[in-house]
Amino acid sequence: MVYLTRKIEFSASHLYHNPALSAEENKRIFGKCNNPHGHGHNYTLEVTVTGEPDPVTGMVVDLKELKEILEREVVERMDHRFLNYEVEELKGQIPTCENIARVIWKLLEPKITQGRLFKVRLYESPDLFAECYRSGGAEG
Amino acid sequence: MSDELKVELGRRYRFAASHRLHSERLSEDENFRVYGKCNNPYGHGHNYVVEVRVSGPVDSATGMIANLADLDAFVNREVIEVFDHRSFNEDVAEFREQVPTTENVCMEIFRRLNAFPKAKLERVRVEETSNNAFEYTGKGVPDRRAVR
Repeated sequence: MVYLTRKIEFSASHLYHNPALSAEENKRIFGKCNNPHGHGHNYTLEVTVTGEPDPVTGMVVDLKELKEILEREVVERMDHRFLNYEVEELKGQIPTCENIARVIWKLLEPKITQGRLFKVRLYESPDLFAECYRSGGAEG
Repeated sequence: MSDELKVELGRRYRFAASHRLHSERLSEDENFRVYGKCNNPYGHGHNYVVEVRVSGPVDSATGMIANLADLDAFVNREVIEVFDHRSFNEDVAEFREQVPTTENVCMEIFRRLNAFPKAKLERVRVEETSNNAFEYTGKGVPDRRAVR
């Protein structure tokens, strides 16, 4: 098996607010991320695909096709958007790094047909990331 | 695949500390042979980066595995405040009896953070420099008193 990772970036804004909680609870739990006007990040997404290289092309997955999938499914949906209001898949969820990574996994998994989606790692900043994977395919 | 989808949270922290690699069980010559310039009796320092990975269910009310404020406070109290701008050999009790290699530092950080009550600690990665990194997942914990 070979593991191949492709990186892309997008920028987006968000805020953390749960309407089921009081204003005080929201402030206590989410702190400055609760600012009603939102704030933004430069996100970096690393997508790892695994599989055996095709004997003819030598590729696990055509990188150009993978890039097109990432552009279509993630960048077009999320880049320069307000994640709370403009991304259908995140409606009703707090757009934390954990939840965004999970949404990205669910968007990508059915689209990646060459090789198999192994891992999605989403950096909100260089010091904070969430990683998503299937329990049976955990990293060694 | 029908396996459950797992999510982990990763957070990076920094501290600066000094150490000297020297084993009481080795002769002076052997220490120098094994540890080279890291055996300098005056010690030397690094800017360490600690990457902490935790897992657990994502709380549907908060969207979080663990509140970052809780994780940051715990890591700061248990690791950063204890190690930052200190000498491992002189200032940290655990390293009076074992050599503060980054392998041992990484395992000691794991041991300290494993008590985090809000999520499961999966992995600790310590970067001693941008060229040296060590990871520990808590498997095969030796009897620390036997290590020297």
